[in-house]
Amino acid sequence: MYPENYSYTKEHEWVSVEGGVGTIGITHHAQKELGDIVYVDLPKLGAALASHTTFGSVESVKAVSDIYSPVSGEVLEVNTLLATQPEKLNEDPHGVAWLVKIKLSAPDEVKSLMSAADYLKYIGA
Amino acid sequence: MSLGKTVQILNQNEGLLFESSSPGKIGYQLPPLDVPAVDPRKVLGAGNTRDEITDFPEVSEVEVIRHFTRLSTWNYGIDLGLFPLGSCTMKYNPRVNELVARTEGLAWAHPYQPEDLSQGAMAITAELERAIGEITGMESVTLQPAAGAHGEMTGILVIRSYLEKQGNPRKIVLVPDSAHGTNPATAAMVGYEVRTLKSNDKGMVDPATLDAAMNEDVAAFMVTNPNTVGVFEENIVRIAGIVHAKGGQVYMDGANMNALVGIARPGDFGMDVMHLNLHKTMSTPHGGGGPGAGAVAARAHLEPYLPTPRLKQENGAWTWDYNRPDTIGKVRAFYGNFGVLVRALAYIMAHGGPGLRNATVDALLNANYLRKRLEPHFDLPYQSPSMHEVVFSHSRQEKRGVKTMDIAKRLIDYGFHPYTTAFPMIVPGAMMIEPTETEPKQELDLFVDAMTAIAKEIEADPEFVLKAPYNTRVSRVDETLAARKPVLRWRPQVPVSRAAD
Repeated sequence: MYPENYSYTKEHEWVSVEGGVGTIGITHHAQKELGDIVYVDLPKLGAALASHTTFGSVESVKAVSDIYSPVSGEVLEVNTLLATQPEKLNEDPHGVAWLVKIKLSAPDEVKSLMSAADYLKYIGA
Repeated sequence: MSLGKTVQILNQNEGLLFESSSPGKIGYQLPPLDVPAVDPRKVLGAGNTRDEITDFPEVSEVEVIRHFTRLSTWNYGIDLGLFPLGSCTMKYNPRVNELVARTEGLAWAHPYQPEDLSQGAMAITAELERAIGEITGMESVTLQPAAGAHGEMTGILVIRSYLEKQGNPRKIVLVPDSAHGTNPATAAMVGYEVRTLKSNDKGMVDPATLDAAMNEDVAAFMVTNPNTVGVFEENIVRIAGIVHAKGGQVYMDGANMNALVGIARPGDFGMDVMHLNLHKTMSTPHGGGGPGAGAVAARAHLEPYLPTPRLKQENGAWTWDYNRPDTIGKVRAFYGNFGVLVRALAYIMAHGGPGLRNATVDALLNANYLRKRLEPHFDLPYQSPSMHEVVFSHSRQEKRGVKTMDIAKRLIDYGFHPYTTAFPMIVPGAMMIEPTETEPKQELDLFVDAMTAIAKEIEADPEFVLKAPYNTRVSRVDETLAARKPVLRWRPQVPVSRAAD
């Protein structure tokens, strides 16, 4: 369920890094707690994200929740699929429903995040 | 004998007014023009006129009357029964309020009337400020803000101006995780960074957590008391001490003031500035029933920063004082929602001091009665004593697949407006119930019967509850679809001839 090569935050985001580019999303646990997601608000291309600060929000039928960036960097790509099909975030949060891809400005930040095993322990799964 | 609340009765269907339109039908015939015709384009300017109003419904008077009268029978309001929305204090609006507000001289008073013709209205305003000052234990009150969140913003702006005058507006506002969402929103709008404090296992602010977060960059701590779990912050004096020791200010969200009026005064337990939702605590109608009023009360050291103008008395006459160099400015045109202020004062004076205290005691009694009677059936996540509202969790029912929203929908079948679902956020699957003081025991018992019956239905057949409501005009709606693919307006069917153009 939780890919081993992803890193996780206490705010229930994940990041996977490949060649200096981080793909960021929210976890399966997060989507389950939020319930049916109806709208996703994401940053513009080129926006600068700072780790542990909000860069967007996810709206479910229950509530609007901020999304925090696990790492710092510049937005290279935004997942446009979510504008028309926010339900994908419920269906495949670790896959097709990634949120943004960013060029990491401080790749070492990833080291301070949780592993899949630690995250599972953290959410009590 | 006990009657259930609902039966199946005849109830008129009604479409949209637009759908009952027939071309050429008119409600009124006007007499022929007996003055020279004027070209509106010349008088108003071409940009401000248009040739036709398209797609307006063409209906007769009786059709309009029936349309709105039928719709009015679909309403549920406090005048029909219990309205247990937690944190909202949906209390009954006593009719004396309306009687007073409709007094001719008050109802027809115009905000541009000169001061010497507005002395009565100004005296009423001043008297309400005095009463709120006494109830809150604060030296100064402004009635300008139009609603609770507006009052919050006014209060935090006042704190900011006060700190600025001391030389540093500071950067951070602390908010507990149980706060109303408007608190962090207010702080952010006033330009502060918001930091959230985790509540302790009693659902309260933890003084040690606050102490650790408090420093000289913190402008204010925003606290709701009793908090949104309906629990009195037992460390409130210590909390205020911790904030003041580092030069910060304490803002109290007065949304739950219905639990304190006549018993405890925020000014006495260390709060610096607060708002009072007059449309909650002082019974003026709300929830579509009328505009709000977010009176702000402040300790003397914050008075110079309150919105301008302020009422003052000169040679025995009331006048507006605009000479306030340190004010945050004006936050609303004129001076608050006057009609609401009149109702609030009527409520306060009709009760008097002992009566207001009685209302508070009854509000607490009603909430605790519901708590005791519902506790065997629903999980109570925080055992701390309840004040004016009680927050259950759906955790027991969730094991059968039924959540707070499902229970709320089934409650509609029993003839009640639902309680507040899913707030406060610190209680997973919250069911927040606030009966207010005005409910008689019979109505509370009917509510308990309904909730108990639903708990039993969930044990026997959860699927049945998941499909509720059954007795309503519109059965279970697909909220997710409505949010993902909203239909925001009615569109006429395009006539064939026009479609062919």
